[in-house]
Amino acid sequence: MTLSVSQMTLAILPEILLVVLVGVLIVISMIKRDKCNQVLGCITAGGFILAIVSAFLFAMPKAEPALIWGDMLRLDSATFVFRMIFLFGAALTAIFSCTEDSIRCRPEFYMMLVFSTLGMSLMASSSDIIMLFLAIETASIPLYVMAGIKIKEEKSVEAGLKYFLFGGMSSAIMVYGFSLIYGFSGTTHLYDIAQGVIAHQVPIAGVVVAIVLVLAGFAFKISAAPFHFWAPDVYEGSPTSVTGFLSTVSKAAGFAALIRILMILFHADGGVVWQALIASLAVASMFTGNLIAIPQKNIKRMLAYSSIAQAGYILVGLASHSNLGFSSAIYYLMAYLVTNLALFAIVGWVGRKTGSEDVSAFAGLSKRSPGLALAMLIGLLSLGGIPPFGGFFAKLLVFGAAVESGWAWLAIVGVINSVIGLYYYLRVLKVMYVDEPVENTPLKIKEPLWLVGLILCLVLVVVMGVVLTPWFGISNWATIGF
Amino acid sequence: MTFPFLSVLILLPLLAGVILLLLPAGKRGLIRGIALGVSLITFAISVYLFAAYDKDLAGYQFVEQMQWLPALGISYHLGVDGFSLPLELLAGIVVLCGVMVSWKVEDRPREFFAFIMFLASSVFGVFASLDLFLLFFFFELAVFPKYLMIVMWGSPKTKEYGGMKLTLYLFFGSVVALVGVLAIYFTSGLQTFNLLELEQAGFGLAVQKLWFPFIFIGFGVLGGLFPFHSWAPDGHVAAPTAVSMLLAGVEMKVGAFAALRAGLMLLPDGMQFWAPLVLILATINVVYGAFIAMIQTDFKYVIGFSSVSHMGLVFIGFATLTPEGLTGAGLQMFSHGIMTALFFAVVGMVYDRAHTRNMAELGGLAKHMPLAMIGFVVGGLVSMGMPGFSGFVAEIPIYMGAWKTMPLVAIISVISIVVTAAYILLVVRRVFFGETPEPIRAGLSDISVMDKIVVVGLSLLMILIGLIPSLLVPMIQGGVSHILSLVGGA
Repeated sequence: MTLSVSQMTLAILPEILLVVLVGVLIVISMIKRDKCNQVLGCITAGGFILAIVSAFLFAMPKAEPALIWGDMLRLDSATFVFRMIFLFGAALTAIFSCTEDSIRCRPEFYMMLVFSTLGMSLMASSSDIIMLFLAIETASIPLYVMAGIKIKEEKSVEAGLKYFLFGGMSSAIMVYGFSLIYGFSGTTHLYDIAQGVIAHQVPIAGVVVAIVLVLAGFAFKISAAPFHFWAPDVYEGSPTSVTGFLSTVSKAAGFAALIRILMILFHADGGVVWQALIASLAVASMFTGNLIAIPQKNIKRMLAYSSIAQAGYILVGLASHSNLGFSSAIYYLMAYLVTNLALFAIVGWVGRKTGSEDVSAFAGLSKRSPGLALAMLIGLLSLGGIPPFGGFFAKLLVFGAAVESGWAWLAIVGVINSVIGLYYYLRVLKVMYVDEPVENTPLKIKEPLWLVGLILCLVLVVVMGVVLTPWFGISNWATIGF
Repeated sequence: MTFPFLSVLILLPLLAGVILLLLPAGKRGLIRGIALGVSLITFAISVYLFAAYDKDLAGYQFVEQMQWLPALGISYHLGVDGFSLPLELLAGIVVLCGVMVSWKVEDRPREFFAFIMFLASSVFGVFASLDLFLLFFFFELAVFPKYLMIVMWGSPKTKEYGGMKLTLYLFFGSVVALVGVLAIYFTSGLQTFNLLELEQAGFGLAVQKLWFPFIFIGFGVLGGLFPFHSWAPDGHVAAPTAVSMLLAGVEMKVGAFAALRAGLMLLPDGMQFWAPLVLILATINVVYGAFIAMIQTDFKYVIGFSSVSHMGLVFIGFATLTPEGLTGAGLQMFSHGIMTALFFAVVGMVYDRAHTRNMAELGGLAKHMPLAMIGFVVGGLVSMGMPGFSGFVAEIPIYMGAWKTMPLVAIISVISIVVTAAYILLVVRRVFFGETPEPIRAGLSDISVMDKIVVVGLSLLMILIGLIPSLLVPMIQGGVSHILSLVGGA
């Protein structure tokens, strides 16, 4: 299906709006240099929401997927769904960062956030490996800056630098893999490569080597073990709203591109090989994440390891190599996005009020702020896979997909890990509900906007666990689009 | 469309729990009032359902069905039959009693009653689910209220250990069962979680043999099946009184019931294949539980292990696959639920006044709290299977069933009756008779009015069932005949 230039322009209207948003931010930061409040965050969030609206109005995918801009991008339901996920997550991040003093007056922070989201949006729609690589870099480089944005704090700078070095390395490996793919297939277009693989025109051995390299790069992006070493340090050192963004939206972007590549790969003869490879990544991530999370004292580090484990569960869905598997992974990503954004929002808030990011800072939270403790409970239980929260159904789906494909052992490994995971989530609950607080002063939430964002997340966590049909429908729709 | 009694029964406590959490913490009177009101309503509904159930018609009644996720064949599907309805009634009674004995909770009553309401919703839900997904959903819904109630209001020394152990054991059991559930869902090829359709799926023998242990033993963990029983005594002892009552009285039945519904009823050939193993494990439950209860020095641990012992009889009843055994198992679940709730209520009353559960430091309490003593003795007589009490009508059919299938099991497990009599009488003597030791004398007083209502009500109920078993038996038999029709005339 070919589109006219004006149609193609409309198809990338959300991205265009994001570029405009950056311009607006630059202008505003020049005008309101001295008076600093929540205005930057609000404008950014508003811009993201505008982009969401524009996508609904002008960039809805047609029944038939369309290749646009010289076959560089593909407008399909998967692109659309992931774009919505990224924009929504970025809007929430902008709202949550409004309360963080160290970054809310930094226009460059919001610009980086917008640029990164732009890159992710393109990652989900790229259908050409060159475009894909450019999109990944557009998404990643601003993230390095965001991680290290608190330039006066050693930990933040260390996080930025570490992330940059690891990220640069993994990009190099990935681009090498891309170059091999191009070398073997003679084309940079993903769907042509797929055709070549199916028709046995591309030597399978070459593709295997190339894909292992590409996979390593993606494993870094989604912080799957054994490519996870950057995650705990970066998560701990970054400003908390950046950590939230890294662990959710950035991870979802990695998965979006990974799923597209895997969909193509799985057509190749070595389907089982890929399944085994992804499954072993999944097993390694689940065990590494969950076991190392147990002794952590810093809550951000604990959640970092937990997010490594969560990547493992999502990989279980991918390893299943079925429509149910991919849609379960997307369902999981959506539930995980709202859950983890909420958790990091609370962690950041409590950290600012108590001056500590240790688990012990949460002691007696149920007495100091019962509502916040309840919010934390919802988030942690959703991660643990307890109904009626979104994480429960998401876990059930990925394990179901594994069983359906005859990988029951993978589901068993998964459920064992759920038990380990629940252990350290419950321990945080215990700290909040049983331990005596250091101070008894009640904590009052004075940031209405932040509260709205948090409540929105929590409502979605519950809704995704109870009203299943629309979300499952969206996940399925996205899967069919790839 | 008829009035959706079951939905109200399940969703009202859930709603009440959420509302309680939103109320200001200071309004203790209002909070208690809402909890009591809701538990009275659920009690009334469960009694009404029990009375209105048409025994001649049998089968599933009060059915409600609504699509939930049609793409995967998940529906909100409720209904009760002769086997599950007595358990709904049991849950209604125990929840009400649990709220009543917790009347004086002072530490964060809002959260306490809210979590009890969530727990109530979960148990009502499991018993009424006709959809495997829904059953699992409600089953797991109980995880966090249980944990938080134990660690927040449990006994200071062991609450963290006991709470975590219980939660992880039960969660582990249920997720293992989940894998089995998913496996049979996909094997059936019916694309439905509807239990009534899955019952008719006719799974191959290999599938049944492979997945039966996952489901039956996975859910059986919550029923206290050996060797996964050790959460039960630790958890019950660590929990506050109302939670012990609910855990031992209702939650353990939830486990056994889920094992029956998803294990035995969906995979009957698997049950037949694995029946010897289940019989052996359950016999160990019965005998071992009783002996261990005998040597305890902690009053509450005695009851904790006695639950393990009695739940073993339920599993024996299941595994016999005979009408007698299954009917007995149904009766035993009801009878033991009431009995153990009464036991834990009395233990709680004693502990609140004496501040110790060590039997060496207790004694002569009959003088100070006579009604509690009478209640405990009635419970004890039920526990020993004394004729005229509900325990007798429950246990005799189980032994009859066991005799038919595997006489050795009946012979060995009968030992437990003697041992049970021994430890119950020992407890009665040590706690309620003899001299009251000086250190505890000061705190002793008679039990409150609320407590008295609970003790008298539960005691009378057990005697009533013992004298007129026909209140329950025909109904349970109706349910059992459906179960046996699935087994195929065994």
